[in-house]
Amino acid sequence: MLYRENGQFKTSYADDQQLFPIAQDRWSILALTVFAFIGIPLLVDEYLLRAILIPFLILSLAALGVNILVGYCGQITLGAGAFMAVGAYAAYNFHSRLPGMPLVLSMLLGGVTAALVGIFFGIPSLRVRGLYLAVATLAAQFFTDWVFLRVPWFTDHAASGSVSVSNLQILGWQIAEPVDKYLFCLFWLTVFALLAKNMTRSAIGRQWMAIRDMDVAAEVIGIRPLFAKLSAFAVSSFYVGTAGALWGFIHLSSWEPAAFSVDRSFQLLFMVIIGGLGSIMGSFFGAAFIVILPIVLNQFLPALGRLVGLNISTAGVSHAELIIFGSLIIFFLIKEPHGIARLWSTGKEKLRLWPFPH
Amino acid sequence: MGFFLETLIGGLMAGMLYSLVALGFVLIFKASGVFNFAQGAMVLFAALAMARFSTWIPQWLGLESAALANVLAFLAAGAVMFLVAWLVERLVLRHLVNQEGATLLMATLGIAYILEGIGGTLFGSDIYKIDVGMPKEPVMILEHVFDGGLLINKEDFVAASIAALLVALLALFFQKTTTGRALRAVADDHQAAQSIGIPLHRIWFIVWCVAGVVALVAGVIWGSKLGVQFSLSTVALRGLPVVILGGLTSIPGAIIGGLIIGVGEKLSEVYLGPLIGGGIEIWFAYQLALVFLLLRPQGLFGEKIIDRV
Amino acid sequence: MKSIKLAVAGAAIASLLSTPNVIAQAKEQFFPVLVYRTGAYAPNGSQWANGYVDYLKLVNAKGGINGVKISFEECETAYATDRGVECYERLKGKNGGATLFQPLSTGVTFALTEKAPVDKIPLITAGYGRSESQNGAVFTWNFPLLGTYWVGAEVAIQHIAKKEGGVAKLKGRKIALVYHDSPYGKEPIPVLQELARNHGFELQLLPVAHPGVEQKATWLQVRQQKPDYVLLWGWGVMNSTALREAQSTGYPREKMIGIWWAGAEPDVKDVAEGAKGYNALTLQHGAEPNAKVVKDLRELVYAKGQGTGPKEDVGQVLYMRGLISAMLGVEGVRKAQERYGKGKVMSGEQVRWGLENLSLDQKTLDGMGFAGVMRPVQTSCLDHMGSSWVRVHTWSGSKWEFTSDWYQADEKVLRPMVMLASSKYAEEKKLKPRTPEECKK
Repeated sequence: MLYRENGQFKTSYADDQQLFPIAQDRWSILALTVFAFIGIPLLVDEYLLRAILIPFLILSLAALGVNILVGYCGQITLGAGAFMAVGAYAAYNFHSRLPGMPLVLSMLLGGVTAALVGIFFGIPSLRVRGLYLAVATLAAQFFTDWVFLRVPWFTDHAASGSVSVSNLQILGWQIAEPVDKYLFCLFWLTVFALLAKNMTRSAIGRQWMAIRDMDVAAEVIGIRPLFAKLSAFAVSSFYVGTAGALWGFIHLSSWEPAAFSVDRSFQLLFMVIIGGLGSIMGSFFGAAFIVILPIVLNQFLPALGRLVGLNISTAGVSHAELIIFGSLIIFFLIKEPHGIARLWSTGKEKLRLWPFPH
Repeated sequence: MGFFLETLIGGLMAGMLYSLVALGFVLIFKASGVFNFAQGAMVLFAALAMARFSTWIPQWLGLESAALANVLAFLAAGAVMFLVAWLVERLVLRHLVNQEGATLLMATLGIAYILEGIGGTLFGSDIYKIDVGMPKEPVMILEHVFDGGLLINKEDFVAASIAALLVALLALFFQKTTTGRALRAVADDHQAAQSIGIPLHRIWFIVWCVAGVVALVAGVIWGSKLGVQFSLSTVALRGLPVVILGGLTSIPGAIIGGLIIGVGEKLSEVYLGPLIGGGIEIWFAYQLALVFLLLRPQGLFGEKIIDRV
Repeated sequence: MKSIKLAVAGAAIASLLSTPNVIAQAKEQFFPVLVYRTGAYAPNGSQWANGYVDYLKLVNAKGGINGVKISFEECETAYATDRGVECYERLKGKNGGATLFQPLSTGVTFALTEKAPVDKIPLITAGYGRSESQNGAVFTWNFPLLGTYWVGAEVAIQHIAKKEGGVAKLKGRKIALVYHDSPYGKEPIPVLQELARNHGFELQLLPVAHPGVEQKATWLQVRQQKPDYVLLWGWGVMNSTALREAQSTGYPREKMIGIWWAGAEPDVKDVAEGAKGYNALTLQHGAEPNAKVVKDLRELVYAKGQGTGPKEDVGQVLYMRGLISAMLGVEGVRKAQERYGKGKVMSGEQVRWGLENLSLDQKTLDGMGFAGVMRPVQTSCLDHMGSSWVRVHTWSGSKWEFTSDWYQADEKVLRPMVMLASSKYAEEKKLKPRTPEECKK
């Protein structure tokens, strides 16, 4: 009843091509963004900001990057953690070695470095695909793990190989309080999510999708696989790299290569598959699912146990958490193999017809 | 020269163990097209079951003989793995027929989480011991041929022999039995196999059972070598380059690939490692697989139909 | 579908709203407990956690800290940095505010070092963490009590020198370091390099990748190079694997010296005879099943069925480590109460003062049941470590036995390195080290 596009006429090309063609969508997204920028900082306490919302925002950005590669271009990657690491360490080096380097610029340069490395490790995609490619990207993962542990130059010769940053500021804005950090990440994410949304509708996005759907056919109609695939690797790695820089700089502020281990790569791939391949929205859903669910389970299970008079040990909770998490993943995959984003759009379709479904 | 041979042999032994893990991957991929990331968790789960049963069963039954307890524990753990296989087929795979590779891969990761959780709950998360009487002390051979002799690890030798035996048995099973033929038929073409009356679900169940047994053997060998604990599940990551190198659908590929990776890893770590700082064996294995991949995208023995791009 | 989502959301809200039944009483001192009872390092982590929690229970059974009872809550980190940070954020404000944190992970320590000063919560890292954080003038909130990895490295070389018959004999020797390839394993390298320069021995570095189950190549290299001694800097399964590989390559276990995290029962138990003769440094204590505090625990906690872990583990090495870590924290609170009011709940800031002015002499320690377990601890503003005494114990095939006298780390070597590293840190962070006057406050 409320969600209906009747009476919204598209009278110009601009109307037809806008990002959110349905007015209700447009307004609700806008409202959500405004709420995220203004409402949440006012309402939410420090724990939610620091332990849940900031990781969620950063990992959403990373998932977005992975989704560009996996969901839009169809190239499976298990090396996302590696590109996060490259982004973080490159940004660290730009930041600490060049005095007076603005924070945003060093993060962007971190992303650019990650993009270059991504292009390099994307080369095998010209020859192999699918699971074979996934393993090829794992090579990137293990190699960067090793490089950042072994080459002291990257970590500014820190004895332990762990680096840290502090006193972050942009034009006098000190990013120290959780709210500042949250707003910074949110701003970053909003800009890049909009950019991604537009990119996937542009010529290059269409090339990616053509390659994903059938590469031979795409080549026949004149799309260069070399350019399309490597550009997807570059853009994806850029996103993932800046997310890595945010993760290091804003979330952890002191990190070691283990922060970007192979587990992280798996986690990111999880996010896009659970969330929905080839959907910007899906990246957010996936990140929310993977970041928040374990934490909620972890806090909720002991309370539930007490409710029925059981005192579950810490180990018991963690094991139960693993079991439930695994079961939910399988449940989702069986019920909706196309991810939460598909559920979302099914819901929207239903809403359009509501309350008269026939 | 003696040292080079030692490294080579060490690599071959390690490689044999990798092949055992890789074999689990290949079996399942061949029959159902599922890339089973839970193989590592299955190794852990089987080893945990074995280790715990071998202490529980004597307590329950009042047995004295350690050998008998081990045999019973092995059978019990095997039964547990059959149960796992049945549940996986029944609750997961059956509902995911005809899904994309990535979805199936994620599902097996889900299975891995569940197995780790259940394993921890049922069997505990401490270090457990599997004692099947593997010899631990090394022996020195050919002392008069090389300076310093050749140090051979008996445990590795026994383990590699068991692995080789298992592979031989599997080959027999696949070649000579009716079930084995049915399995090969399914591997070649699902639909054709189904149309001549081979029950797909039952075949999948059998394949997961076989993979479970392979995991159990791998678990017993690794577990008696390292102690049974959570890190056993990471052996899956060691098996990945092996299957890529050998080809996802080839059993001999898993064996040869394992040996190549094992030897490559050890030689690189020993001879190249000191020059660039050490700790390179993991990524070296992957790079080795990658180089092979670029030259032969289908792996050493993989089927040619893998599409080139 | 929707109902499940709703249930999950509802559950989430419920869990966030409902405080667990350890409701914050006005007079309870809250000790958050970061543990890892699952994952690759669980066998070692859970022993430590059991000792830690049991000691807190013991203090409560004895009437609390001057009447102030202790409340505690565990949070599982699985040895992962980001989960550790989440746990920290979750627990730091709970039940009236966290007293202090002990993360038992070098990675988490590094991350929390940046956060603790903001939240004004002290961080005890007994026997691990950043070595330069000994300098309390820069690292106001870090307390690497009883020893750092630099202390361990220096003492290990002292021990070798003694065995060889003097420092001069070290010249031309070869010592290998087999280490966990992470900040934890890399911490001792600067000290070892410095000592190698001073004493003229050759240092061979052999990293082992996480989690350390594949060490064949490492030990082949050991066999090839034949170092005179091997230092083992591992954690969890890496230690037992190293011992097994040493056995199968025939390297004498008597020539191996582990750090105190590589010298506990889970590391050697299953190797049993194969590890016989293996040495490890101790963070003062070894396995202490006969100490008075352990007897108290058996009587007051375990006899009532309130023990956290299995009874057999009580008094084992890592259990004692956890217990002593908890004791140091509790004593910090007690000391703080002396200044800020007995029988009151202390804030993190007050506890920090207590930890910085910790003064546990032998009589006090003996009185608490730690006779023969540990030596006096005396901290100050400049020295957040408080003690650098180390012994060596050896695995007999069935239990750990002390086999050396006490060693004290050489301040002449370590102090300049600590000062250099901490001032570099201060410079990076634009921190002004505290002056002696500020310290008195």
